[in-house]
Amino acid sequence: MKLHHWLAVIPFLLFLGGSLFAARVQPFVLGLPLFVAWTIGCVIATAAVMWLVFRLDPANRAP
Amino acid sequence: MNPALAIIASTLVGVLLLGLHARQGVRMNLEQWSVGGRAFSCRLVFVLMAGELYTTFTFLGASGFAYGHGGPAFYVMAYSCLAFVLSYWLLPAIWRFARQHGVLTQPEFFAKAYDSPLMGLLVCAVALLALLPYLVLQFKGLGIIVELTSYGSLTSSSAIWIGALAMTAYVLLSGMHGSASTAVLKDVLILAVCVFLGLYLPHHYDGGVAAMFRHIEQHRPGFLALPATGKSGAWFVSTVALSALGMYLWPHAFTATFTAGNERSFRRNAMVMPLYALVMLFSMFAGLAAVLQVPALTGDQIDLALLRLAIQTFDPWIVGVIGAAGMLTAIVPGSIMLVSASTLVARDLYRPCRPASSDAHLSMVSRGATVLLMLAAVAWTLAGGASIVSLLLMGFGFVTQLAPALLAVLARDRRVNRYGAFAGILVGVTFVAGSVVSGLTMRRLLPAAPEWVHDVNPGIVGLALNVLTTFIVSLLTRDRLRARMPPRVSPEPLR
Repeated sequence: MKLHHWLAVIPFLLFLGGSLFAARVQPFVLGLPLFVAWTIGCVIATAAVMWLVFRLDPANRAP
Repeated sequence: MNPALAIIASTLVGVLLLGLHARQGVRMNLEQWSVGGRAFSCRLVFVLMAGELYTTFTFLGASGFAYGHGGPAFYVMAYSCLAFVLSYWLLPAIWRFARQHGVLTQPEFFAKAYDSPLMGLLVCAVALLALLPYLVLQFKGLGIIVELTSYGSLTSSSAIWIGALAMTAYVLLSGMHGSASTAVLKDVLILAVCVFLGLYLPHHYDGGVAAMFRHIEQHRPGFLALPATGKSGAWFVSTVALSALGMYLWPHAFTATFTAGNERSFRRNAMVMPLYALVMLFSMFAGLAAVLQVPALTGDQIDLALLRLAIQTFDPWIVGVIGAAGMLTAIVPGSIMLVSASTLVARDLYRPCRPASSDAHLSMVSRGATVLLMLAAVAWTLAGGASIVSLLLMGFGFVTQLAPALLAVLARDRRVNRYGAFAGILVGVTFVAGSVVSGLTMRRLLPAAPEWVHDVNPGIVGLALNVLTTFIVSLLTRDRLRARMPPRVSPEPLR
């Protein structure tokens, strides 16, 4: 598996793993309960990861 | 007629006209009708795929779920994002195979992949089994929206009939092309409405989103995170995994991938869609705003939370705009589902029984199936009962059973043959159907197991049984098929 494949594992770890330790209300982050803030953070992280994957993937080097 | 109803009615007429207009200049044959001639541009594919996301589920279901359950509602964003990650690799592979083999429907895909017409029939049955509750949930949402925003001038039943007839007329006239043009309108509108409601309602009642969260935590501590039992961490992880796997196995999503002109669209979309998923947040904020404002709605009534709050808060004409947006979020995906289901019936149920049918005849059968399916769904909707999210999860439990068979094909896994795949799907679907019908929960199956086992989604259990069965049966029957392995996905010759 190449690097851009490994990167795709990150969102899974974040969302699924996060639900185990970030599933609480306190502390509030930017006015949001921890769980909500964590989920939003994971969403943004996923977009960032996929952008990186897109850039690194040789299949996207358009002719 | 009150202003709200007037706005909804005119939107409906506008959408029907748009559907007619989109059809001009495009000769309607079966391929055009069901997959838009395979040449939609990157942008249009994006809109269509995104349109799949924003259904009645996002609008009413997610807000209702947030109102009724709090923290667990965020599972929606989790599974959507993970599905996007999977789609980066999954969709191009599906698309390549479909293009290479001229596949138009999901059952056909499996039938060709496993060289087994029986497989096609099974997948067709599973697809229809899953599509019906999904269609019902759209109709249910439509009924709620039209009924409430008409301030009681339309009953729930007549609202459902009107919506169903409109959707059917729309589908019969233009098929997939019609859906795409209205999808653009729908997405712009639902975006505007959700963002507005998600920000305004908390501001109006609590003084802002942050304040709203504080108030909720004061009155219902722990509500905004995951509970220790019930919809706990175990529920979350299993339900997210199940839904992420199943998202692109829904027949309409699966078939929609065939419309791309090139496979790069999918990789692009996978990158951008997570951000689009943030829009669901607003729907949840709006639902949460209702927690302290709308008195206890439970069971399947939670779906009414958002609209009840809207009616408490706004003038009729604003309620009308909200209702129109909601109506579109039911009609657009609903029409796509109807197209998928009728095409399934024509090509994968009817044609295998009457192989000599012409394309023109099949088009007629499709259209007839559309009407029949609509009637079946309306009947189920009128019978009432389940909440929007529970209906959706039922459907997910079914479609995800196709995942092992699909992955085995795309990964060219030689250990799986058609007998194994068939048996696996059968076992998984039967388990899920059984648990739905008998109300069987993990708690009853394994009463002595620790609490977290009880919270695990039954669909995942079905999936585990499915995978096990697939490998075991394949192993036991491998000698039967020594000369007939699943065809390779790429054009390379079989070794």
